[in-house]
Amino acid sequence: MTVSKTKRVVLGAITLCLTLACGLAFAESMSWNLTEGVTPTSKKVYDLHMIILYIVTAIGIAVFAVMCWSIYFHRKSRGAIAEQFHHSTFAEITWTIIPIIILIVMAIPATKTLIFMEQTGDAEMTIKVTGYQWKWKYDYLEEDISFFSTLKEDSNEARQRYASTRPEDVENYLLDVDNYVVVPVDTKIRILTTASDVNHAWWVPDLGWKRDAIPGFINDNWTFIEKEGVYRGQCAELCGKDHGFMPIVVKAVSKEDYAAWVQEMKGNARVAAATPVEEIAVEELLMKGKRLYNSNCAACHMPEGEGVDGLFPALAGSAIANGEAEGFAHQILNGKNMMPPFKDQLSDTDIASVMTYVRNSWGNAADAVQPAAVNAAR
Amino acid sequence: MSEAVAHDDHHDHKPTGIGRWLFSTNHKDIGTMYLVFSLIMFFVGGAMAMVIRAELFQPGLQFVDPQFFNSMTTVHALVMIFGALMPAGVGLANWMIPMMIGAPDMAMPRMNNMSFWILPFAFTLLLLTFFMPGGAPAGGWTMYPPLVLQLGDGFPFLIFAVHFLGVSSIMGAINIIATVFNMRAPGMTFMRLPLFVWTWIITAFLLIASMPVLAGAVTMLLTDKYFGTAFFNAAGGGDPVLFQHIFWFFGHPEVYILVLPSFGIISQVIPTFSRKPLFGYASMVYATASIAFLSFFVWAHHMFTVGMPLTGELFFMYATMSIAVPTGVKIFNWMATMWKGSMTFETPMLFSIGVLFMFSIGGFSGLMMGITPVDFQYHDTYFIVAHFHYVIVPGIIYGVFAGVYYWLPKWTGVMYDEKLGKLHFWLSTISVNVLFFPMHFIGLAGMPRRIPDYNTIFTGWNQIISIGGFAFGLSQLILVWVVIKCARGQGEKATDQVWESAHGLEWTLSSPPPFHSFTTPPQVTDATAHS
Repeated sequence: MTVSKTKRVVLGAITLCLTLACGLAFAESMSWNLTEGVTPTSKKVYDLHMIILYIVTAIGIAVFAVMCWSIYFHRKSRGAIAEQFHHSTFAEITWTIIPIIILIVMAIPATKTLIFMEQTGDAEMTIKVTGYQWKWKYDYLEEDISFFSTLKEDSNEARQRYASTRPEDVENYLLDVDNYVVVPVDTKIRILTTASDVNHAWWVPDLGWKRDAIPGFINDNWTFIEKEGVYRGQCAELCGKDHGFMPIVVKAVSKEDYAAWVQEMKGNARVAAATPVEEIAVEELLMKGKRLYNSNCAACHMPEGEGVDGLFPALAGSAIANGEAEGFAHQILNGKNMMPPFKDQLSDTDIASVMTYVRNSWGNAADAVQPAAVNAAR
Repeated sequence: MSEAVAHDDHHDHKPTGIGRWLFSTNHKDIGTMYLVFSLIMFFVGGAMAMVIRAELFQPGLQFVDPQFFNSMTTVHALVMIFGALMPAGVGLANWMIPMMIGAPDMAMPRMNNMSFWILPFAFTLLLLTFFMPGGAPAGGWTMYPPLVLQLGDGFPFLIFAVHFLGVSSIMGAINIIATVFNMRAPGMTFMRLPLFVWTWIITAFLLIASMPVLAGAVTMLLTDKYFGTAFFNAAGGGDPVLFQHIFWFFGHPEVYILVLPSFGIISQVIPTFSRKPLFGYASMVYATASIAFLSFFVWAHHMFTVGMPLTGELFFMYATMSIAVPTGVKIFNWMATMWKGSMTFETPMLFSIGVLFMFSIGGFSGLMMGITPVDFQYHDTYFIVAHFHYVIVPGIIYGVFAGVYYWLPKWTGVMYDEKLGKLHFWLSTISVNVLFFPMHFIGLAGMPRRIPDYNTIFTGWNQIISIGGFAFGLSQLILVWVVIKCARGQGEKATDQVWESAHGLEWTLSSPPPFHSFTTPPQVTDATAHS
């Protein structure tokens, strides 16, 4: 009995130590540890993380070793007789002072890193990031470039409950978007975070920080990416139903490529503005509408238009969706209650396509809507 | 003489039937009801955790929709914190405090009844929301606006449930303070109180100081939603971050409200099974009080990423780190109590040692997250999920388990099944580490918390975590079995002292104790105090 008891306690202690050792082993390999990242901040943060990890691991091993020693040697089954001491001023002062010293040793580099991270001044460019349920909007303040970035279509299809594609077959599942945030390397970039509806948090691990995006507040942050590449992140503050489905992709390119990208974006905007509004074939509207519906509307109104009882109204059979085109367009353009206004997010053609798709799906049967009608409703 | 016996018998006459429980003013019966309620809620909250782990077993959505998944994480937390952990602590306090200080009952028995009976109604309100348009709360247990204001018809039910829980806790806390301050036996000075009583006094003061703050915060949410105020609405001149400050001013002391009673329990258990007096009694009391005091100055470490000024971030970082000092003192004192003792490892001792090891792991990750610049990476990932579950499950819940096994023979008069108890401990301990340790890795590797689906690189660890979760959940059925066996009187008859070297007034009473604990106050001296 006593032998098996001993064995069990020793086994337990070994299990615990092994778990800890596994933890350390994994911490050494990149994939299960914090990323070192690609900015001076992320590298400082990584170093700080490793220092603290080593310190607490060392303390842990020392403390656990003493406990294991005591559990093994000071047991009744080994004939240990209890001593009756119950305090020692020296010991108590020692184990108060030593932790204080260790904490001060940790606090010094932590304070330095924090001060470094909060220097948001003299940035060369500024990007404003706005969180929406459930997508991100990026405004390049100096360049007058502005776009939304949503979960990529293949991920969006595979994440549905009765999806025909498997997450394993989608590249960068849930971590890919339609429009990347393109930024130049070796440039101090100021990143302002805010939100239009509820709290979000903008987080790209390779940049070394996350920051909440809060409606009515603008938080300033900065980054300085040293290496070209594509860096992926996610929203990190619970923001409702599709919190898990609003990723972030930052693409860092050379300064020349960045300049070219800026020119291309501005050119696209000019072409779109100059294109006259034309009649569009219904098939084309339906095709485009389905794609836009799935990326902009399906999160709340559901892919089959059935809505969510008590939260989001159904579009299948909806009086508004099947009624006068003008009223329906107003609702989409200006929003209502929890529904955000889409007038800045989608063009007339986009909205006309979505309306046409909704009015001709899931048993709905109403006229197609042309961009000109949406333009009139604006 | 015979008259006196008959008189005593009359006093020990228990009411029968449902009335015994509905109208109970007896600290033991109310304590039992609290503990049974807590156990039921532990399984209700646990069932929600099983849904979460089933959904996260593989990428893609298999069982539930994202909205329902969010309800699961939200209500799991509310049920576990307010339904399982807090009532467990109050239940143990109800049972043990009068017996430990030599009192016949609690100071305010009718209020005691009321503070328990509010709970089932509060949780009925909360759980009814699952059947309402808009569903159950899904904005996180922290109820951050503006998100929480999007909740449907369940919203006022959530708010009133929180109000009721607060009222219940405050009444419980007042009762405990009144009892300890007024009903100690002669000679039971404050510095002779068992440590479990000390931790509960401090917990009770924390409750009285922090629960009204929560009540204020949720009332402001209510008026923001229905009465046109804009406390937390930036568009109306309000401040959404203000809610987070108020909430965590309650929320951080709440952490210690949960953990201090467990600290008290293991301070009773470790000396008993080490056959040695508790090391550093006075410093234990002072360390507990310091932790409680400091807990009011660290709230913003829960929200480092909201964008505070540098000086604010530095202040909260230093304050947070400083809590490691008194917490360390407590751990070292427990180690010193075990040191050169003559230990045996019955189930309560095993669970207490489990607390020492695994609460420490939670403490280490807590220290890491207290470092503000690194917390910008850890915040809102699975790293924090690993951290607080290490603190809560093998920290707080193990402490409660230790207390239940330690006092179960006293309560029921029969020894629990030691083999089953040990099986419960070992299965729980292995599975709880399989469940929570890998969460550190996926958190560091970049998996945010509160997401129903994830990138395929996280699949492997999530499957291991889910298997650990199911195993841990099933292991808890052993506890139910053990408790039912004891309640039915199946087992060896327990002696009054139960454990070879147990000290303290509760062990001078019979097992099970009389219906009214001490009708004549015992005289306490140094020799009989200090368990």
